[in-house]
Amino acid sequence: MSEYPTALQIAEGVRSGDLKAVDVVEQHLTTIADTDGEIHAFNHVMADEARERAAAVDATVAAGGDPGPMAGVPVALKDNMCTRGVPTTCSSKILAGWLPPYDATVVQRLTAAGAVFVGKTNLDEFAMGSSTENSAFGPTRNPLDTERVPGGSSGGSAAAVAAGFAPVSLGSDTGGSIRQPAALCGVVGVKPTYGRVSRLGLIAFGSSLDQIGPFTHTVADAALTLETICGHDPGDSTSIPEPAPEFSAVLDRGVDGLRIGRITDLPEGADPDVVARTDEAFAALESAGATIVDVEVPAFTYGLTAYYLIAPAEASSNLARFDGVRYGLRVDGADVEEMMRNTRTAGFGDEVKRRILLGTYALSAGYYDAYYGKALKIRRLMAEDFAAAYQQCDVLLTPSSPSVAFPFGSKTDDPFAMYLCDTYTIPANLTGDPAMSVPFGDGADDLPVGVQIIAPSLGESVMLQVAAELERSAP
Amino acid sequence: MSTDTNVTSETSAAPWAFEGYEMVVGLEVHVELATRTKLFSGSPNRFGDEPNTNIDPVTLGLPGALPVLNRQAVELAMKIGLALNCTVQPCTFARKNYFYPDMPKAYQISQYEDPLNVDGWLDLPDGTRIGIERAHMEEDAGKTVHAGASGRVHGAEHSLIDLNRAGVPLVEIVSRPDMRSPEQARQYVSELRAILLAVGASDAKMEEGSMRVDANVSVRRPGGELGTRCEIKNVNSIRSVGRAIEYEAKRQIVLIEGGEAVRQQTRHWDEGDGKTHTLRDKEDADDYRYFLEPDLVPLVPERSWVEAVRSSLPVLPSARRVALAEAAGSAPDDESIVTIVDRGQDAYVFAVVDAGGDVGRAVVHVQQAFAEFDAAPPVPAGDLAALTTLETGGQLTATQAKTVLAVLVDRGGGDPAAIAAEHGFEAMDTSELEAMVDEAIAAQPDAWEKFRAGEGKAMGALVGHIMKASKGQADGKLVSQILQQRKG
Amino acid sequence: MSDRLTPDVVAKVARLARLDLTPDELDRATDQLSDMLDHFADIDKLDLRDVEPLNSPYPLVNVLRDDVEQPTLDRDEVLAAAPKSEDGRFWVPPILGGDS
Ligand SMILES: [Mg+2]
Ligand SMILES: [Zn+2]
Repeated sequence: MSEYPTALQIAEGVRSGDLKAVDVVEQHLTTIADTDGEIHAFNHVMADEARERAAAVDATVAAGGDPGPMAGVPVALKDNMCTRGVPTTCSSKILAGWLPPYDATVVQRLTAAGAVFVGKTNLDEFAMGSSTENSAFGPTRNPLDTERVPGGSSGGSAAAVAAGFAPVSLGSDTGGSIRQPAALCGVVGVKPTYGRVSRLGLIAFGSSLDQIGPFTHTVADAALTLETICGHDPGDSTSIPEPAPEFSAVLDRGVDGLRIGRITDLPEGADPDVVARTDEAFAALESAGATIVDVEVPAFTYGLTAYYLIAPAEASSNLARFDGVRYGLRVDGADVEEMMRNTRTAGFGDEVKRRILLGTYALSAGYYDAYYGKALKIRRLMAEDFAAAYQQCDVLLTPSSPSVAFPFGSKTDDPFAMYLCDTYTIPANLTGDPAMSVPFGDGADDLPVGVQIIAPSLGESVMLQVAAELERSAP
Repeated sequence: MSTDTNVTSETSAAPWAFEGYEMVVGLEVHVELATRTKLFSGSPNRFGDEPNTNIDPVTLGLPGALPVLNRQAVELAMKIGLALNCTVQPCTFARKNYFYPDMPKAYQISQYEDPLNVDGWLDLPDGTRIGIERAHMEEDAGKTVHAGASGRVHGAEHSLIDLNRAGVPLVEIVSRPDMRSPEQARQYVSELRAILLAVGASDAKMEEGSMRVDANVSVRRPGGELGTRCEIKNVNSIRSVGRAIEYEAKRQIVLIEGGEAVRQQTRHWDEGDGKTHTLRDKEDADDYRYFLEPDLVPLVPERSWVEAVRSSLPVLPSARRVALAEAAGSAPDDESIVTIVDRGQDAYVFAVVDAGGDVGRAVVHVQQAFAEFDAAPPVPAGDLAALTTLETGGQLTATQAKTVLAVLVDRGGGDPAAIAAEHGFEAMDTSELEAMVDEAIAAQPDAWEKFRAGEGKAMGALVGHIMKASKGQADGKLVSQILQQRKG
Repeated sequence: MSDRLTPDVVAKVARLARLDLTPDELDRATDQLSDMLDHFADIDKLDLRDVEPLNSPYPLVNVLRDDVEQPTLDRDEVLAAAPKSEDGRFWVPPILGGDS
C-alpha cells in the first residue's frame, strides 16, 4: 500500500465536507511542481483548470448538492485523450499545439463524477512503445528508479500515480500499454473488456485493440474509476450496450472456490525473479482457497506476431489522417502530395514510421493474405483457445511483464527486443478480454513485479475479486 | 426536367456498331441519399450551404472521432436495392485507403467484400434487362476548388477544400457490362434516375452532383473476347453519358485498327471539347489496402425490416408505364408513355379517365401541354376530362382544344365549354360546313380536279382554304369526310 | 538478415504511406522490417486454411443512430486551427494528377 491518499479517501472527504477539493488539488499541484521536472510524467499540467474545477466541486458540496462519486479526485489523463481546448499531442510533433474542439467520453464521465483533471501525461508517440522513450518530448523517468523506464506506452500515467501526482490516471492499452507500465511502476493497472469503455475521443492506434483503463494505487480505486468510465456510449459503435456493474461490491469476497488457470505452454522469456513472484501469487491464491488449474493456450505463442501485424496495419490507416491539411503540423511542399510527405516525414518519429511501413506492407496488394489475413486467423485461434481454457478456470494468471523496469536505452537499438515486453499482455488485446496487473512483491534491484489476471469477456468483477485477494496477500 | 430524360424507342432499337465492333458498357452510378444528416455523423446533409459549415469531428477526420451509421441512410440504400430487384444481405464496411486532400481521414468508408445489395436488375423501357452487380453504401468526399490561373486541376496555383459534402451518404450502383449502345446507357441512367426519384432515395440531380456517372467502356468484335476497358469519370448529364461513351468506344476502335493497344486507364470526359482525356494509367495499380473498418460493426438487416421497407416501396416506373400503356392502348416504350411516367403524371391521366375523360386525348394533352409541370398539373382532372369529351363529341377541334387547354392552364382550371364559347368556338353544323366546301371547290378548281384524279396531296389546299375561311373553327376531320363524299 | 523484403518494396510502401526515406533510412528500414518478418515467420507453419478471420473481439451488429441533426463545429474555430485557410476553406498547395 502506498503512502498517498486514495481516491476513495479523497472522494469521501470531499463529499462529506471534511476535505476541500481545492486543498487536495493544491497539494497535488505542489508535488507535481516539486518533482515532475525530474520525472516528466506530464506533457501539460492543467493547473488553472484543476483549481477552477476543484472550486466548483467544493461549491456543489457547500450548496448541498451531489458532486459525484469521484468528487475532488485528481486525475491525470494520457495525452492521447481529447480534452476540449487543452493541448492533446499523443507526444508527437505532428499534433504539437493542437487543441481538440471536443472532450473524449471518458473525460465527460469523469467530469460528471466530480473528478479534477491535473494534466496530460507523456506516452510513447501515438502509444507505440513499451518504455515511453519514443515520446517526441523526451522520456518519462520511473519514480522508483529514475535511471529506468516507467514502461509504456502509458509511462506518464503510470509514473504520475507512482509519484503521487494523482491517485488515479487513465491510460490506453493496445498491447499491454496499461498493464506493463503498471507492473514497472508498482501500481494497479486495468485494461477492461474491449468495448467496456468508450473509445470516443481516444486517438486511435489499433482500433480493434485499443481500450482505456485506470492506473491506481489500490484495487478499490480501480473499481471506483471503472464504475465511472465503463458503460454504453452510443457515440462508439463498438461500445458494449451493458451498464457498468458495481465492481466495488465484489472486492471483499475472497477467492474461495475460484479456479485460477496456470498456462503450461506460456512462452518463455520471463526473468527468474518475475517467475518466482508469479509462482508465489499462485501459492497465495491457493492458500486463500482457490484451486490452481493447469490449462493450455497453444495460440498464446503466436500472439506477438499476430499483434505486430494487426496493430500496425490499423495504425497505418488511423495515422493517415495526419496529412497537414486540416489541423496539426504542416511542412510546405511544391504540390499537395509533397506537402503531405514533408509533413509526415518531419512530424512522425522513427518507431511510428517503422510501424506505419510495417502496417502498410501487411495490408498492401499481394501481401494481405500472407500477413494481415493470417494474423486475423490467429486471432480467431487465440479466442478459441482462451474460450477452451475458461471452460476449466475462472481467470488466468501470468506475469505482466517479462522483467522489472529496465534502464534507459537498453532496448532502443533492437525494435524486436522492445516488442517482446508485450509477450504476456498482447493476447488479451487480441481476444478483447479484460486483464489487469497487480503489484506482487519486488524482483531484481528491489523493483516491483506485477502479475497479470486475465478474465473472460465482461468478467471484470471476478478479475477484480482475485486482484483484491492478491493485494491483501502481497509480500 | 431536362429533355435528356425523354428517351425515344426509335434510336434504342438500332444496334450500335462501328468498323464492325460493338461496345461493352457498364456503369457505376453514385447517388447521394436524401437523408437529413451524414452517413456517420449528425452534421446536416445539405447542398449549397456556406463552405465548411456542416462539419463535426467525424466529418473533419479529427483524432479520436468515431463513425456511427445512419439508420435512414441504410433504409434508403435498401429501398434502392429492392427497387433494383437486388438481394439485401448482411454486410460490412471497409476502409479504402488513399491520400487526397478532400478525403479527411485518408480513407473512405465503403462496402467492399460484402455490400448491402447484390444481384439485381433494371429493365429498360424497351424491355432490355441490365444486370445490377451491387449497390453498396459509402461516404462522399469533400469538394476541391482549384484556384489560380486556369481554374483546372492542372496548372492550378493552389486548391481550396470544403468539407460540407464529406461524409454525405452515397449508394454506388454498379451495373453489369450489359449495355451495347450509347442510347441504352442513356436509357439506363434515365430509368435509374426515375426509380431513385420514385422511391425518394435521392433528388438525383446530375447538375448538382447528387447523381454521378462513371462509365466502363470496352470494345470487341461481336461475340469476341472482351477488350481492355477504360473508366470514364466526370460525366455530368444524361446527354454526356451517350456522347462520352460514343467518343470513347470510337477512340478505342481507332486505336485497335491502327495496330495499337488500348491501355487500362481512368479517363476524364471534357464537356467542352467533347473528348475523353487520360487522367491516370491503371498499370501502377491502385493499392487501396482495403480492410474491415474496425470502428463499425456488421449490418445484418432482419427479414422483418427488409420486408417493411419493401412494402413501403411505391409502384415503380416500369410497372406504371405498363399500366398506362395498357389503358391508352399503346406500347410501354411509346414516347408519350415514357414521358408522362417520367414526369409522374400518369396518376393524373388516370384521374382524367376516372372523371369520364378520353384516355387517348388525355395522353396527348398531358404530354404536350404539361411539360413544365410535375406530378400535379394545375388543371383539375375533371376539367381536362370535360375538354376531351367536347373533342370526342365533335364540339371542339384538336386545335381549338389546345387553345382552351392553354387557358385552363393559365387560370388553373375552369369550364372548357365556357372558355370555348368565349373564343367563339362553336361547332359549325354540317350544312354550314357543306356550303364552305362548295365555296372552296369553286375557288380552287385546279385543286379539286387533282383531288378527284386521286392526288391525295391536293386535299391540303382545299382544307387550308376552308380553315382560313372558318378562322380555324372547322373540324378538319369532318371537312375531309365531306370532301371524300363529294368525290364520290 | 533476410531476403523477405527488398528496398524496392519498402520504397513503394513508403510512397503509399506518404513518407520520405533517405537512402540510408531505406536500407535500415529494409533490414529492420526484414528482421521482424523473420521473427513473424513462426506463423508460416500453421495450417490456417479452415480458420475464419476474427476482425473484432466483441460480436455486435446493427449499431445505428437516428437521422437527427447534431450541433456542428464552429467554422472559424476549426479554420483557425488549420495550417492555412482562405475564403472559409482549407488551403492546400496545387494538386498534381487526380484521384478523386
Ligand atoms: Mg467505383
Ligand atoms: Zn464509389
